[in-house]
Amino acid sequence: MSPRTLYDKIWDEHLVATRADGTSLIYIDRHLVHEVTSPQAFEGLVLAGRALRRPGNILSVADHNVPTADREKGIRDETCRLQVEALEANVKAHGVPYIPLLDDRQGIVHVVGPEQGFTLPGTTVVCGDSHTSTHGAFGALAFGIGTSEVEHVMATQTLPQRRSKNLRVRFDGALPPGTGAKDMALRLIGQIGTAGGTGCVMEYTGSAVRGLSLEGRMTLCNMSIEGGARAGLVAPDDTTFAYVAGRPLAPKGALWDAAVAHWRTLTSDPEAAFDQEVVVDLRGLAPQVTWGTSPQWVTDITGRVPDPAQARTADERDAILRALEYMGLEPGTPMEAIGIQVAFIGSCTNGRIEDLREAALVARGRKVAQGVRALVVPGSGLVKKQAEAEGLDRIFLEAGFEWRQPGCSMCLGMNEDRLEAGVRCASTSNRNFEGRQGRGSRTHLVSPAMAAAAAVTGHFTDVRRMLEN
Amino acid sequence: MMPFTTLTGIAAPLLRANVDTDLIIPKQFLTTLVRSGLGRHLFDELRHDPEGREVPDFVLNREPYRNATILLSGPNFGCGSSREHAPWALLDFGIRCVVAPSFADIFFNNCFSNGVLPVVLPAETIARLAAEAGPLTVDLSTQTVSGSGCGFRFEIEAARKAALLEGMDEIKRSEANLSEIEAYETRRRVEAPWLAVGGC
Ligand code: SF4
Repeated sequence: MSPRTLYDKIWDEHLVATRADGTSLIYIDRHLVHEVTSPQAFEGLVLAGRALRRPGNILSVADHNVPTADREKGIRDETCRLQVEALEANVKAHGVPYIPLLDDRQGIVHVVGPEQGFTLPGTTVVCGDSHTSTHGAFGALAFGIGTSEVEHVMATQTLPQRRSKNLRVRFDGALPPGTGAKDMALRLIGQIGTAGGTGCVMEYTGSAVRGLSLEGRMTLCNMSIEGGARAGLVAPDDTTFAYVAGRPLAPKGALWDAAVAHWRTLTSDPEAAFDQEVVVDLRGLAPQVTWGTSPQWVTDITGRVPDPAQARTADERDAILRALEYMGLEPGTPMEAIGIQVAFIGSCTNGRIEDLREAALVARGRKVAQGVRALVVPGSGLVKKQAEAEGLDRIFLEAGFEWRQPGCSMCLGMNEDRLEAGVRCASTSNRNFEGRQGRGSRTHLVSPAMAAAAAVTGHFTDVRRMLEN
Repeated sequence: MMPFTTLTGIAAPLLRANVDTDLIIPKQFLTTLVRSGLGRHLFDELRHDPEGREVPDFVLNREPYRNATILLSGPNFGCGSSREHAPWALLDFGIRCVVAPSFADIFFNNCFSNGVLPVVLPAETIARLAAEAGPLTVDLSTQTVSGSGCGFRFEIEAARKAALLEGMDEIKRSEANLSEIEAYETRRRVEAPWLAVGGC
């Protein structure tokens, strides 16, 4: 057989049929479902009189619009409550596995799936959510789909697909101190742009990627969609197997051994051809901060807000001007001189235990700056418990951070955790679009360490200086 | 799904790059349980001020664009969230065709699930179409977009085109492959038995 990429191998293994018109039918192993993008899919099935083909291959949980405080008292916002109730009614009616809101395992789908061992190497994973790319960290082909496709998977356990192009992202060099997976992701997107990966599945390679924990790989793969790619992939290795082993839904005993033996074959063959390749040089990488309303508008913490006059085209200049106006920033301002009012640590990008440890290291023994509101929202109830067992909650609370219940929270502000117009936020989430965290909100994307640094100093700060002491 | 054959109507220019789905339909409208009724919230934060009043100079608040059925835009249209609420909102407003130099993948797929035609044309061509005074006609069978003084051909994958022209039910189509799906599942149970899930 001719040499194949990791993506090719997973694709070939999931090919159910190739139709006369050239489209392929791909089998879907794992389907994650949440409250926002599923009600119309369940409704569609019922209206068409269709049953779910494999309800057991679904894992469902409410995360997007759930409250992150006083949850025990119920959901106050009526439309949010109705949506969560609709999910509960639907999963019950169709026999779909569901993690209830007050269960310790509840959390953001992309944190919960891996945590439960639902996400496995070599599988196909879909969810009505673009950040499904997160699961690519396990060497799973994972991508976001629309609600009609959610319905399609529920009905047939397949999706009609077109083959994507193979894009290899090679990270050269080692990660400098004070930087991490979030900085790698932002640097890459800054380099290729938000449409750079359109039509592609990106495979992340290089020793820096190998050196990342699964949490770090999830952060990196999470943001593949922000680079325009359908999915991101990291070939599974011993780090992956150690993470998956023993998880509640992971295979056990002889099945585990058989699985690992197969998973070890899931790497791109040395001679495999990629359609495109991007090289990202990590030497000299500084902590990254976005300044605009797109993740590609990013710079080093030591950098400055760009001058639109230096744009390459008139369109680019206009776009930068509009972004700077929206963000309330003057060209040439040093990034470190930009003050913040809110710091948000959480989301499926950076709401895992390792992220909280990284932020706590900076918060320890310091105080949130006057006039700053800082929130820590664990990605799941299990992350929260683990953090509490390690005493991270005490560190945050003593420093003046809020310690909240798990969910998507201020990543998109569907619940009460919303930014007011004009408020500037250092956020560990993945999107800084206009209005993303609330109408008129001003989002700067950073790593957990950088968000904590901004919280305690009141402005963006080069966290490397704080880690030295 | 509603078939798409030809469409003649007003084309509204929103000529900016990276129009994301948060912009098309902000999150506060995603708590809906149905597909309909989102048209009045389309581009809400551009179209309405914080008090809910119309922003007079936004394109969809101006004549004749209030009745637009075609949208002209910049590259990477529909990037960001996978929310199908974006094409639902466009459709509910009355827009059945978006013309842009490029589209983000998930949005592109979501359009086809809803009988919305995404047309890819170069930015210069779109600028030319935006300069047309009268309505445009989009003809899927001949793959053309034309105005009174110009006409352009666009490319579209044959399978996508056929599905749109017919208004095909994609699920029904996949159900036709049922025997292959069953054979696949049987084979996989043997080859990859560790994939069986017990629920939670
Ligand atoms: S945390 Fe944010 S990006 Fe992740 S699933 Fe929730 S809303 Fe989407």
